[in-house]
Order: sequence, then structure tokens, then C-alpha cells
Amino acid sequence: MKIHEFQAKGILRRFGARVPQGKVVDDPGEAARICEDFGGRCVVKAQIHAGGRGKGGGVKVASSPSEAERLAGEILGMQLVTHQTGPEGQQVRQVLIEEALEIDRELYLGVTLDRAAERPLLMASRAGGMDIEEVAQTDPDAILRELIDPLLGVLPFQCRRIASGLGFEGGTARQIQSIVSSVVAAYLETDASLVEINPLMVDSKGDVYALDAKMNFDDNAMFRQRDVAELRDVHEENPLEVEASEHGISYIKLDGSIGCMVNGAGLAMATMDIIKLYGAEPANFLDVGGSASQEAVASAFRIILSDPAVKAVLINIFGGIARTDRIARGVVAAIDELAAEGTPVEVPVVVRLEGTNVEEGREVLERADFDFLVADGMASAAERAVEALGG
Amino acid sequence: MSILVGESTRLIVQGITGREGLFHAMGCRDYGTEVVGGVTPGKGGSTVEGFPVWDSVERARRVSGCNATLIFVPPPFAADAIMEAADAGVELIVCITEGIPVQDMVRVKAFLRGRDSRLLGPNCPGLITPGQAKVGIMPGHIHEPGNVGVISRSGTLTYEAVWQLTNEGLGQSTCVGIGGDPVNGTSFIDVLRLFAGDDATEAVVLIGEIGGTAEEEAAAWIGEHLDIPVVGFIAGATAPPGRRMGHAGAIVAGGKGTAAEKKAALSAAGVLVVDSPAEMGARLSEALGR
Repeated sequence: MKIHEFQAKGILRRFGARVPQGKVVDDPGEAARICEDFGGRCVVKAQIHAGGRGKGGGVKVASSPSEAERLAGEILGMQLVTHQTGPEGQQVRQVLIEEALEIDRELYLGVTLDRAAERPLLMASRAGGMDIEEVAQTDPDAILRELIDPLLGVLPFQCRRIASGLGFEGGTARQIQSIVSSVVAAYLETDASLVEINPLMVDSKGDVYALDAKMNFDDNAMFRQRDVAELRDVHEENPLEVEASEHGISYIKLDGSIGCMVNGAGLAMATMDIIKLYGAEPANFLDVGGSASQEAVASAFRIILSDPAVKAVLINIFGGIARTDRIARGVVAAIDELAAEGTPVEVPVVVRLEGTNVEEGREVLERADFDFLVADGMASAAERAVEALGG
Repeated sequence: MSILVGESTRLIVQGITGREGLFHAMGCRDYGTEVVGGVTPGKGGSTVEGFPVWDSVERARRVSGCNATLIFVPPPFAADAIMEAADAGVELIVCITEGIPVQDMVRVKAFLRGRDSRLLGPNCPGLITPGQAKVGIMPGHIHEPGNVGVISRSGTLTYEAVWQLTNEGLGQSTCVGIGGDPVNGTSFIDVLRLFAGDDATEAVVLIGEIGGTAEEEAAAWIGEHLDIPVVGFIAGATAPPGRRMGHAGAIVAGGKGTAAEKKAALSAAGVLVVDSPAEMGARLSEALGR
């Protein structure tokens, strides 16, 4: 799960990190008043989940309250396009108005999971404002790394090593140590999957601020992070993906024309891959769950078909514990259900069933009123789905 | 021979009084696994479907002499269930539960260091030695005893591979699902090492997916240590970067963990990589000259 910058800064502040003063607004007039409170200068920052907001024109400095009002007016409501949003962009619904600070140096600070080490990894670099992935490629030695013991948290000597490694001493070094410790505590205690302060800023007086902040969270831990879960902003998510998650279906919209319905995440990815091998593009990733119940299949159909780009559907189910004939009955019942609702399935549907009781399963499909294209392997299923596009 | 499970396996099920736990306890018993009972805290002393229920793993182990456990405990309590089993000294801990918080697994891994238990999973289908023992949720009847070892991060895609092998007349020594989470108990290399030392295993099918670097590490190990045929498939070549594809661990992050990189690493190590998931069985059959 992702949250907005202003929400991440709120969390970090709670853990003792210094962040610029600021307030989030959805009204340009309010922006002017806040700018006034900050002494007539401020930064106006679009709040969307995607990165690259500055380059996309979503972050501007205002040197008067009236300019803050004008800029907020321009940014609010705009479709902000960044390298992470896709060409259609993301609508800006809120802006963060922050005090403008004198930047002396920009650094990078981040915590994420090191999958190979199976521990949280703290990273810091002097190259603030740059993508850490880019730094990792061009100058890997420029990244300072500290593995965090999950039972002890970050240790004081590690914080000191980061501060001195970044080239600081005295009061500024102590402030860096403190923010490092806050950031790691926030990561561990909120079940974050990523905390990124980019840039971590040192001002002309040597004071340290989290100038930007990004936090992602482990969806699986939201049951014990109620406060974090409440920060979810569904406006930032694809509406079909939101609907799917409400039905317990894992769905990701893609750009192709063959809708996929598969049980199991690995098989779902493999089905997308084989569609591509046969010359077409998958319209989505969709895992209906291991049991592929009638209810799940009907919901999956509704979600797949509400994407207007879908010109054919490929159902690939490996019936394991759930018997294939029962799954086939579920598919037929779901099609009938949709027809009864006045939204009949009008695109070709290729079905590949395999596993327990497969003969009975195929018979159920043959006997149905709906004209299924029944395939007997993944390859022929993909081939038939691609052919169906042409017809 | 085979690896990890076989005729000497004495299995308990943690969460045996839950719907899934009981269903699969019976499924494993029906397949022929010796299921000696189960654990549900607070329900000790009762019996379900002929299985004795104990309050703790420690008690279950003392009474039954179990050497393996299969965990169906819900995500908030699953990490505790794993650590309880390790504390009781159970040799093999197989965790089916999907949705355990990553930080719980990070702590579990720290807890397991220096203990003798092996954890498989979580978020996995378990493992099976065809004809001997099934410790998991896979459909037993698609398997045949034989000489191909199967390792995978996925569930149904593993069944697909097994089904292809069985249809090619290639039986399996042991099929191991290591799970789709970013932090898990047993790695590809752990299983490959066991297959390398197993007389019954004459070839391997390895099924990976996008995310992390476990396949690259496996490739390096195969290149140096394994001289039997290995067929590989990596799911997720068409997955968009930055999106989690169902499994918590299946994500291309910062340009790392792509299918292309993994396939290249495996190919360089001499693994027979197939681009089509429909060709896993046929490719191995060809490599074995059958």
C-alpha cells in the first residue's frame, strides 16, 4: 500500500524526524493564507502517489501568497504526468503547502527489505535527489549500507557510521544520527516495506530535514496497522483493481486485448507469458484463487469485461483439490448469471481445464448453451484465444 | 530414496480443527502419509476425524514422536506457530499460510538461526514424494513415482509442470514448493543441494518467477555443482515493473528481478530454459532422450 507525501511526513514526525512545516489543502485561497503564515514564501507540492512530481510540473516555489494561490490553482485538478503515472497522468486532488527552506546539501536516506539478507537494509548516499537505482548502477560504492538486526533495530554505532560516512560532524552529524534512528523505527513499527527520504536536506544553518518522504507498506500487515490502513486513498488506484480486491481477487490491468482468468498467481503469470508468445498481449493479470468458486468466477468475468479493450477471454484453470467439473459448472453458471443481469458475455471465451475430473468438466462445457472454445493444453488455449481476436 | 519426506515421515497438522487444516490432514492421510494428529491451542484432549488433538507442539511431539508439521494457522498467528514448532525441535516445518507479514518472517528467520528445524514456505503448496508421503495441499493423483525433482515458487504452476511430466511418462522423486513470499524458509539452493545428494533424482525442473535474486543464486550454484539435466521456466516475462503479481514476492523493483535476467543466468549455467510454460515436460523428455 502507498500513501501520500504529507501522510508519510506525519508518520515520520511522530517518530521524531524533523520535517518542514506544512499543511495540505484542496483550495487555492487556503494556500495563500498558509503561505502568509510562512512569511510569504512557500513550496506548493502536488500530492499524488507517483514519483517524479517535480519534473512533471507538480512542485513549484511561490514567493508571495498571491503566487501560492495562483500555483495551487494551476496544480489542483491537473492531470499530472510523470514517468510513473503512464501517459494519462494522475489527477491532483490536494497540494501540500510547505515553508521554503534554504537548501545547502541534499542527501539520500532509505530503508527497505534486503531479500537476499532477509533483513531490513538502511541505505544512505550523498547523491540526494537522484534515483537510488541509478546511483546503484553508476556508482555503487557511493551508497552506504547498514543491515538492520530485526530484533535490535538500528544501533547507535550504525547511525554514527552513516553520519560520518556522509561527511558530517558536530551538531549536524547528531541530527543525522537522530533522523536515521527515527526512520528505521518508523519502518519497523509501521510494517513499512519502504521508507525513502529523498532528498534528506541540510540547510544553511546545518539543520537536517526530511524534505520529501515516501512510505510503502506491507499489505499483509494492515490487520495490525489500523492507523496506516486508514490512510489508503482509493482515488490513486485503478477502480477495477479496487473492486477486484473487494472480492478477494488479485487483478492488475494491463494494456492488451485478451482477458485472463486463472487460478494461482504463478500460473496466471505463465498464462500471460504464453499469450505474448503466440503474438497477442494480455489485458490483465487475474488470480481467481485456488478454489475458483462460482462466485469468484462471476466477479472475475464482470471485472475482466468492464475493460473495453478486452476482445477475448482465456480461462486457464488447473483443478487440483477443487474438482474440474465443479469449476466448469461455476463458469457456466457465472455466464448464465451475467446474461440474466442483462450483461451477457459477448466476446469469445476459450477455456482450458486440466486436473481432477477433467473429462466431466469438459462435458459440462460442451453441453452448455454458451459456445465455449474448449482447449486441451496451455499452448492450444493461447493459440485459440489469439485466433479468436482475428475473428 | 527421495528428499525431506517419505515413508518415515510422521506428520502433525497445526490448526487441525480449522476447516482447511482438517480437510488437508485427511487429504494427506488418504494419500498414505502417516498423520499422527494435530495441534490447536485450547482444544487439547479432543479428537477430530480420528486425529488426536494436542494443545501444544511440544506435547504433540512428546506423545506422537512427530518429525514433521504442516501449518494452516491464520496469518496473524502463523509466525508464532512456526517458532513453536522449531522450539519443540520438529525437523521439518511446512507452512501453507498465505499473507504473513514480511517482518514476522524476518523475525522467524532470526529465530531459526542456530536451530535444527527446516522451514518450507510460507505461502507454498508443501511437498510430496509420490507414492510415499504427501505433506501439502497438492492433488496427489497427478503425481507418479519416478526420478525428476521439481522445485517451484508457485502452486498451480507446479501442478501444471507435474502434469506435463506425468503425461510424458516422467515420474517425480520429490516435488517441493518453496513458496511465493519474499522471505521464506528453504531456498532453491537448499533443495538443489538435497536433490544433488539423492540417488533417486536424475533430473530437475526448476520453476521461478519475477522478483528477488533467488533464481540467479540458484543458477550460480547449478553451474558449479550440478551435473544432471535441469529444465527451467520463469513466470512473469510480461509482468509490468513495480507491480506485485499476486505473490508478495513477485515484483520487479528498481529494474531488478526481471524474467529476462533470470533466464539469462540460468541459461549461462547450462539450464535448459523454456520460454513457453507448455514445454517444460517435453523439453525434459527430449533432454533425457526419451
